[in-house]
Amino acid sequence: MSKHTLKAATITMAHGAGGKAMRDLIDDVFVGTFYNEHLNGLEDQARFDLAALQQQGTKLAFTTDSYVVDPIEFPGGNIGTLAVNGTVNDLAVSGAMPKYLSCGMILEEGMPVEQLRRIVTSMKQTADEAGVMIVTGDTKVVPKGKGDKCFINTTGIGVIPDGVNISAKRCQTGDKIIVNGFIGDHGAAILNARGDLALDVELKTDCQPLHGLVQAMLAVCPDIHAVRDASRGGVATVLCEFAESSQVSIRLDDEAVPIREEVRGVCEILGLEALYFANEGKLVAAVPAESADSVLSAMRAHPAGKDAAIIGEVAEGKAGRVVVKTFFGGERIMDMLVGEQLPRIC
Amino acid sequence: MKYVDEFRDPALARKVLKKLHEVVADIPRAKERPLQIMEVCGGHTHSIFRYGLEGLLPKGIEMVHGPGCPVCVLPMGRVDDCIAIAEQPDVIFTTFGDAMRVPGSKKSLQQASAEGCDVRMVYSPMDALAIARENPHKRVVFFGLGFETTMPSTALTVMQAKREGLNNFYLFCNHITIIPTMKAILDEPGMSIDGFLGPGHVSMVIGKQPYNFIASHYNRPLVVAGFEPLDILQSLLMVVEQLRDGRAEVENQYARIVPEQGNLNAMAAVNEVFEVREHFEWRGLGSIAESGVKIRQAFEQFDAERAFSVATLQVEDPKSCQCGEVLKGALKPWDCTAFGEDCTPETPVGALMVSTEGACSAYYSYGKIDVHQAG
Repeated sequence: MSKHTLKAATITMAHGAGGKAMRDLIDDVFVGTFYNEHLNGLEDQARFDLAALQQQGTKLAFTTDSYVVDPIEFPGGNIGTLAVNGTVNDLAVSGAMPKYLSCGMILEEGMPVEQLRRIVTSMKQTADEAGVMIVTGDTKVVPKGKGDKCFINTTGIGVIPDGVNISAKRCQTGDKIIVNGFIGDHGAAILNARGDLALDVELKTDCQPLHGLVQAMLAVCPDIHAVRDASRGGVATVLCEFAESSQVSIRLDDEAVPIREEVRGVCEILGLEALYFANEGKLVAAVPAESADSVLSAMRAHPAGKDAAIIGEVAEGKAGRVVVKTFFGGERIMDMLVGEQLPRIC
Repeated sequence: MKYVDEFRDPALARKVLKKLHEVVADIPRAKERPLQIMEVCGGHTHSIFRYGLEGLLPKGIEMVHGPGCPVCVLPMGRVDDCIAIAEQPDVIFTTFGDAMRVPGSKKSLQQASAEGCDVRMVYSPMDALAIARENPHKRVVFFGLGFETTMPSTALTVMQAKREGLNNFYLFCNHITIIPTMKAILDEPGMSIDGFLGPGHVSMVIGKQPYNFIASHYNRPLVVAGFEPLDILQSLLMVVEQLRDGRAEVENQYARIVPEQGNLNAMAAVNEVFEVREHFEWRGLGSIAESGVKIRQAFEQFDAERAFSVATLQVEDPKSCQCGEVLKGALKPWDCTAFGEDCTPETPVGALMVSTEGACSAYYSYGKIDVHQAG
């Protein structure tokens, strides 16, 4: 790697002031790392050839998300990997091929430059793996105590191929509900990484891009009805959204939901539910029953879906409701969380 | 998970359920009106809903969800006290997570935190002690709540603080005891509960002897129960077998955890640090004699009530709230006029809507299928 032109060891207010210090930061850390033809011009905006995009599909997908995780580095990733994969996945679940991302950073005065470099390097690696380019950005610095080390916003553009029509409104009675693997890993890993639990378990975030998997699913079943990224609020929230948007009833089979032993352990100790834990590389799909097996096989053949499982179905019943069949044969209703999940004491 | 999945075996559960149906069918009066069995502890309420057990039970059994959710029965005035303490300068207020959302008369601790108070969630009172060590110039207050289950750990923490000579650690003691409250429920006129599932974790500390009066004086069976679904079904079976045979005894289904005599070391620590209060106010049930504990004089330097001259004002529950009736088994949650209208988990009016262990919140969130369909 070339010699760093930015000499400072920590971020100061000067790095957001618009002068030479800021220019050094941008040139060295951001442009030096992200490096691509769209960014290198340092115009105030990235510019794309419309005709080239049009050849790849008929619709543009456009999304934005902000990332404020604490701690900013954790087993299996950091805020940078989240910021890229999170937005990539918001595009991916529409059936889009993600193309370009922006990167807005709000840094807290005093953040170590080395840590920022690690995060930016992760963003570049993650973007390369996902096949997207980070083409425009912005940096602000806030005084110490007014932020929490580093907040990132990424906005993304993708192209949806012709004929794809994925929507949370399209779930139909009979559809099978599929997840692409173990749920709750990310939520449990973050909880554990905060350090106040002191649990001796190995938990890693599941952070991964999902567009390759979605394309593999669409290849065997172009008419997939609904797909959503099960990030904040977890699988439970996605199912509630499906049931509400499509005005259908969803039956979830508790026993069929893949949850790692370690995650179940964390849930048992704290009285929390993995179905509500955040994921960063998990999707939930509603697939026509006749294609469910072929979609499941295609998912299992893809690295991002090797533990995929059918966890329920869209069934007759009261519209807007998700019912869980417990492995005991009992039933309960699953609703959206009111606030955050709080540990129980007794 | 080893040691857990064994207690969730569906095949075994089917056997126990079959037996349960048979025994209840043998009890003629269960045909006239369902046998009312109260699970005292909120942990049981949670398991019953989590595993959908209620729908599997014979029609002749009706579960009554008891007062054993410490967060639910916390009066609003006490939450106001917490906030008054948290708002004082240089205070770090520490609490278990599920107390964060309990509404006071004006706000919850979560709201107080949003407004700038230093409120921190801890998993153990020892965490609060660590915060006190790390912040010698702050006053660190731990909000001690819960039944006999959590009392020993709080007591040991206070003893540890004394050993270390910490002068910036305080306990705001809101610990409560279950026995006087069960007695208060049994003394209610028109009380129609036929039997009890006894609280497993509380019993791990106090043993099974303190419940004897329920069998001998009130002639009701009580079975100390574990928290896994099979534990609960097995305990219910033991209760209805007693009812069928005309027995009223205290039995221990949770013997793998609960020793007959309880935990003598834990009780010794509790007795060293705490003494019984004359009265303690319960949300939904009112003031109950000798149902709470306070810090003994020997440990008064750690008593937040003295250090912060807490007002302990009584705040009336809203008139529309019928939590007390639900707690006694006289009303079902959905019979309350406020249920699901003014009173929801987002905006709880009454105590039972506050925690996921509260009966109303459990019905509202997890739902009993037929109730929701009827409504």
